[in-house]
Amino acid sequence: MTSPNSHSKPRVMDGVMLAALAAVAGATVRILMFTPYEAIQGPAQKIYYIHVPAAMSAYLALAVVAVMSIVYLWLHDERSDRLAESAAEVSFMFTTVVLITGPLWAKPIWNTWWSWDARLNLTLFLWFVTAAYLVLRGAIEQDAMRARYSAVLGVLAALLVPFIHLSVYLFRTMHPMPIVLKPSAPSLPREMLTTFLAATLAFLFFCVALIRARYRLAPLLRKSEGGGNG
Amino acid sequence: MQASPPSLLSAAWIIARKDLAVELRTRSAFLSVLVFTLLGLATFYFAWDPTVVSAADLAPGVLWVTFTFAGLLGLHRSFGMEAQDRAIDALLVAPVEREAIYLGKGLANFVFVGMVLCAAVPALVLFYNLPPGPAFAALGPIALLAAIGLVSVGTLFSSMAVNTRLAELLLPMLSLPFFVPIVMASSQASTRLLAGRPLAEAMPWIKILVAFDLVFVVACTVAFPYTLEE
Repeated sequence: MTSPNSHSKPRVMDGVMLAALAAVAGATVRILMFTPYEAIQGPAQKIYYIHVPAAMSAYLALAVVAVMSIVYLWLHDERSDRLAESAAEVSFMFTTVVLITGPLWAKPIWNTWWSWDARLNLTLFLWFVTAAYLVLRGAIEQDAMRARYSAVLGVLAALLVPFIHLSVYLFRTMHPMPIVLKPSAPSLPREMLTTFLAATLAFLFFCVALIRARYRLAPLLRKSEGGGNG
Repeated sequence: MQASPPSLLSAAWIIARKDLAVELRTRSAFLSVLVFTLLGLATFYFAWDPTVVSAADLAPGVLWVTFTFAGLLGLHRSFGMEAQDRAIDALLVAPVEREAIYLGKGLANFVFVGMVLCAAVPALVLFYNLPPGPAFAALGPIALLAAIGLVSVGTLFSSMAVNTRLAELLLPMLSLPFFVPIVMASSQASTRLLAGRPLAEAMPWIKILVAFDLVFVVACTVAFPYTLEE
């Protein structure tokens, strides 16, 4: 194992990343070839196996941002800021995947690309907040100030999520309700459930691998951008 | 004579008075924000077909959207004027707690947007032909709650945005996602009250506003010292 502080160049394509890519590829093959069509929705339903795991990965990465922001304000450890930054970029990517796959599914099923539905709004505004977080980071040159400001935004954004959720939920909802993560037993046929769980695990693994790779690349990126005072 | 440092609240009051005195003597920001607000209210009227949507149905949404955008203009000024000639340094060396700076700035901003609302609500009643009595009774208390929420978040982000490379361009990007629950809750609550619906129908939205104010006034007061130089 090379530590991030050693002088050897960190590699993106290491064992962890290759295993994560293999897991995502395996899950995709299972989704396409070895999972039956849903009776009513047909092939369109298969996007569910990408959409929901991507959403869960985005939430996982956002949780990392929130926790690492609190840790930074508390301990002022530069590593927690770097981890928050990495997780924010990865979360932005997964949220984008969610926002693209959602309308692709909604067009044949809801007969509209977009609906001002509770969950869509929450995801859209999370995407805006993450974008603002990344722009804020890019607009500050001093390392310590960038870390403090983005940690403040990270904590406030975590406080904002329940308010957006509550207000958009009150507004209205027509999004399908969870069918796996719900109080009663999952109502998905066994084969579909296996595919869903495999895809979820693969995506979460991929998410962690991406955050890890981005975290290890951070010192190099900072050097190449010529930043790094303060 | 031995002067002792002022307490948190009296220090906040002194800072608020300073900001308001500057505004009172120049009146530059207030007049431009006021004109912006009135223009917004008037322009929105022509953005819809009044034979399809009645003016009374449009009015609350127009008011709160215009108000948040106008608020951004005023909020930027709050720390923008401290950035000139590094006036903020004088505040930082003053023997007051950093929370007092936030509360003082917030109070001045609250008076500022409050004055704007005092002109905007009668203008809305006039332009959109609302019944004056019920309109003032419904919009007044909601305006109070909305202004507290807008100012609490906006004051903090104003302090952050002036220190970034993008300055006033960043403020809307940071603030608007946080204003979403305020705009939604204020519009929904005032639409119901203006339509003569019972108070109980507007209550969930008013509760969101109250909770938002409580959470973000406390959170932003605690977070503010991190946005200043150490």
